[in-house]
Amino acid sequence: MVAAPGVLATLRRARAVPPGVLFWLVPIGSIVAGLLAFGVFVLLIGRNPLEVYATIVEGGFASNFAWQNTLLRAAPIILTGLAVAIPAQAGLVVIGGEGALALGALAAAAIAVPLVPSLGAGALVAGALAGMAAGAAWFALVGVFRAGRGLNETISSLLLSYIAIALFNHLVEGPLRDPASLNKPSTLPLPAETMIGAMPFIEVHWGLLVGIVACVIAQLALSRSTHGFSLRVTGGNPRAALLVGLPVSVLIVAACGFGGLAVGLAGAIEVMAVHGSANAAVLAGYGTTGILVSFMARHQPLAIIPVAVMMGGIAAAGSLLQRRLDLPDATTMVLQGLLFIAILAGDAFLPKDRR
Amino acid sequence: MSVEAWLTVLVGVLGGAIRVATPFLWVSLGECITEKSGRINLGLEGTMVFGAMFGYAISYHSGSAWVGVLAAGLSGVVFGAVHGMLCSLPRVNDTAIGIALIILGLGLAFFFGKDYVQPTAPRLPSIDLGGWSDMPALRAALQINMLFVVGLVLAIGLRWAFVHTRWGLELRTVGDSSDAARALGLSVDRTRISATAIGGFFGGVAGAFLSLYYPGSWNEALSSGQGVMAVALVIFARWQPMGCFRAALIFGGASSIGPALQAVGVQSGYHLWNAAPYVLTLAIMLASTSKARASIGAPGELAMTR
Repeated sequence: MVAAPGVLATLRRARAVPPGVLFWLVPIGSIVAGLLAFGVFVLLIGRNPLEVYATIVEGGFASNFAWQNTLLRAAPIILTGLAVAIPAQAGLVVIGGEGALALGALAAAAIAVPLVPSLGAGALVAGALAGMAAGAAWFALVGVFRAGRGLNETISSLLLSYIAIALFNHLVEGPLRDPASLNKPSTLPLPAETMIGAMPFIEVHWGLLVGIVACVIAQLALSRSTHGFSLRVTGGNPRAALLVGLPVSVLIVAACGFGGLAVGLAGAIEVMAVHGSANAAVLAGYGTTGILVSFMARHQPLAIIPVAVMMGGIAAAGSLLQRRLDLPDATTMVLQGLLFIAILAGDAFLPKDRR
Repeated sequence: MSVEAWLTVLVGVLGGAIRVATPFLWVSLGECITEKSGRINLGLEGTMVFGAMFGYAISYHSGSAWVGVLAAGLSGVVFGAVHGMLCSLPRVNDTAIGIALIILGLGLAFFFGKDYVQPTAPRLPSIDLGGWSDMPALRAALQINMLFVVGLVLAIGLRWAFVHTRWGLELRTVGDSSDAARALGLSVDRTRISATAIGGFFGGVAGAFLSLYYPGSWNEALSSGQGVMAVALVIFARWQPMGCFRAALIFGGASSIGPALQAVGVQSGYHLWNAAPYVLTLAIMLASTSKARASIGAPGELAMTR
């Protein structure tokens, strides 16, 4: 199928196109290919692809309500995407975001709620710091294992993610459980008036802006600072990085730590702006979507923002697909998977030096 | 706890080890074959979950659990072949494709599996080896599933085949040095695609075990990362099929501590015990890897161990 001679011929021809054009053409072409593949899937299950596309656009982007829903989902996805993108600069594929997000949520709930009586809204700052610290510490472990023992970061981050989720379940259903939460085990809730509010004009909480600012800072730090440059050298060629005397181990741990900071913050914001307490609803798969978003954005922090909005829109459209067309929730997951594959396969069309 | 309760826990862990080890065994043998060819397939997680759904659905419609197992394996071949072909494109990263195929596999399994959460499909039979005992817990523990036996036989067979057959030698040559393989006139891509497809078959069967024997029904929370842990298991097994068998038993045992304790009424720390296999995997990997050298027995072309 993919290795068909026709594709390979196209490949060779593609090399003749100037790299600057390919830089834009390939990602856009990949997204179109992913959408087309999804259309074929829809056809195969006997539905009308145009109707499904239209419903996704309507459910994700066609009204104020849809946009609100989309941006509400994009807010955590921006940060979980950043959590994959920062370690990726050092050549690491860290995928255990869901677990670090859980711990960030838990830390924020555990720290912020008791501090509300004394600090008021200041408790939110403490909660955010606690969430970031928890996420950073968890991801830093991945870096330490990698730098210290050569342990593959993809596997270790995923194992750590399962461990974190087990810890989360244990604490939410045990020691940290609010006795009043009967059917849905939760930690003690934040008072509604203390929670992070909505930004003016768009009815979306301030966490969205926090995510965007984090991406801008990350982009500047990676492209303009010496540390960012060192990190990219490490990712590009670890041996060269060692030869020029870069502290490769420190850079690896730091890159993972900063990624964990972002994903821990995502968990903290979900608790303090959306759910009010840490409970199973926090684990909505944003950590996994972040992997896809970062790869689609080619691990460029600023590109994460539009891609996260797109993925947020697709996720937001899920309920409309279900209500109107009676398609399962998982429809959006199939679309995500196909888009992901198309984006990765698109790498084959890029010239060697521009991945 | 009384002595009797401890004994029940111990027997529970033993029985659980065999039960839970079976999908670990199959999926890690599949990963082992794939990695011998020099590629990693993280997507086996998605393959497994899809296989669980597909095997259950086919078992329900055909009335035969074994037809379901075969169908699950064949669906795994498709996933494996897709992985293998995509990774044969230049500059396409096998780890990332694996993650993408996890998402796609889960998506497709949940999409088509929605209608099969309710119906009851025929389950796989087991062999009763504990009839001599009058202890019910031991009798339950010694109900051995055929797939466990078949998996053991396959592990022994693979150990032999890797060394003594033309297929095994080609596979290992491609996995250790693609340059050497090309010099010998072997087709590197074809060998890797077929190895990943065969690995996918094993992954699909592992999934069918989950839905058709233990836990024995299809639902969306069926797999808990066995497909990804297979990669860790294979490293621990040093890319040896019999090592996979031992590793699977150890992890099966670790996974059974929580349920066995729960069976005698110990509820506290249930979620923490569920984390035991992950903690154990991590600890073993930390102990068995080293920064200074590649892992012992690792195929030379494997990107992750270089």
